[in-house]
Amino acid sequence: MIVLENVHKSFGTNHVLRGFSTRIEKGEIVCIIGPSGSGKSTVLRCINGLEAYDQGTIRIGETKVNRDDKSIVDVRKRVSMVFQRFNLFPHRTALENVTEGPIYVKGEPRERAEERGRRLLARVGLAEKETAHPPQLSGGQQQRVAIARALAMEPEAILFDEPTSALDPELVGEVLAVMKSLAEEGMTMVIVTHEIAFAREVADRAIFMDQGVIVEEGPARDMLSAPKQPRTQDFLRRVTHPI
Amino acid sequence: MQRFFTDAAEYLPILLQGVGLTIVVTIGSLILSTVLGLMWALMRVSGIKVLDWTAKIFVNFIRGVPIIVQLFYIYFVLPDMGIALSALQAAIIGLGIAYSAYQSENFRAGIEAIDHGQIEAAQSIGMGWWMIMRRVILPQAIRIVLPPYGNIMIMMLKDSSQASTITVAELAMQGKLIASATFKNTSVFTMVAILYLCMSLPLMYLVSRLEKHYATGRR
Repeated sequence: MIVLENVHKSFGTNHVLRGFSTRIEKGEIVCIIGPSGSGKSTVLRCINGLEAYDQGTIRIGETKVNRDDKSIVDVRKRVSMVFQRFNLFPHRTALENVTEGPIYVKGEPRERAEERGRRLLARVGLAEKETAHPPQLSGGQQQRVAIARALAMEPEAILFDEPTSALDPELVGEVLAVMKSLAEEGMTMVIVTHEIAFAREVADRAIFMDQGVIVEEGPARDMLSAPKQPRTQDFLRRVTHPI
Repeated sequence: MQRFFTDAAEYLPILLQGVGLTIVVTIGSLILSTVLGLMWALMRVSGIKVLDWTAKIFVNFIRGVPIIVQLFYIYFVLPDMGIALSALQAAIIGLGIAYSAYQSENFRAGIEAIDHGQIEAAQSIGMGWWMIMRRVILPQAIRIVLPPYGNIMIMMLKDSSQASTITVAELAMQGKLIASATFKNTSVFTMVAILYLCMSLPLMYLVSRLEKHYATGRR
């Protein structure tokens, strides 16, 4: 469903992606792990057209991702994104955040969008927060609203860019629980994360990246329990046993 | 004091005519400067080099010439080019253009203060540039822009007196005419000052109310 072929991306002299290739099938859950600066987030941002890539191809189904083309709107309707820092619209209520895309981008009738918006908020456990503004919500609640906002676009896949990294430790669980329930329903998900235990349990496949390339990939359970590459072993040891 | 009140009663009607014109000039140029200023600001942040530079050059040009010279230019020079404007029209256009430069810097600062993550979130749900501006950036920028905007409004009210230099009989001009005809400088100019205060103080109050309104429920 999402295909990346030999993708290269540089920021100035910093060569962030050095030939990244993978295929993500419909319904697949892929976790990308790796040290900071390895290019994990850049992969997601290129898939969604938030960043242009220099070389290679990214396709969503048959559509080539090109952020300077009108087709990018269609790509973004099909592939939603959840950000590390939530990026909710602070001047709108939780419900308005969720219905913004359906009403103003997809042109859905307000009533239908709001009805679905309420259902989605209930789904992420925030039915009673519909009129709250983001600053009145905890980080975990904000991220759950952001997930509802992504779902409201009825996407074929959702990209998660370190969705729990900006959260207080005790709020991580509530967000991961929502993501797990999505996974169980068959949503296609690409997740950049440092939550190794979560990845091992939920993901179908894990990708370990370093310096802009895939070092190792495989079934999440196997790879994250018994990585083959020394670099992966070293990274996982340091993430799971920091001291 | 007694003298002041009898003078006030006598000259107030004429001065109020001036107040009327002052308000017309201020509101007219406020609207024009807001529209133009927003246009310059949007050109500056459009990411399109030609628009960015055009706006930059215009704004610096406007900022670099005194308001009074701009007024003279519009009122006295444009007729030579076949564009004849009434004094009132020239005043509104001149002040409107002059102030659009300040408005634009204010608007641009407000727009650029919005977290880039907001733009990315809006893009990620498929919004285009205009919709992002209209639905996401500008509504948030208002809160930032408003206090300086209020101050610009008050400055414009006071600078509308410069319209007197091109024969618009607004408040300052009426005061000067009465004072030079009657030599009652103290009474007349005190009244002129009080009348300006009567207009600017409510404006200041309005701005602080709006600031409070936009601050509720936000960080």
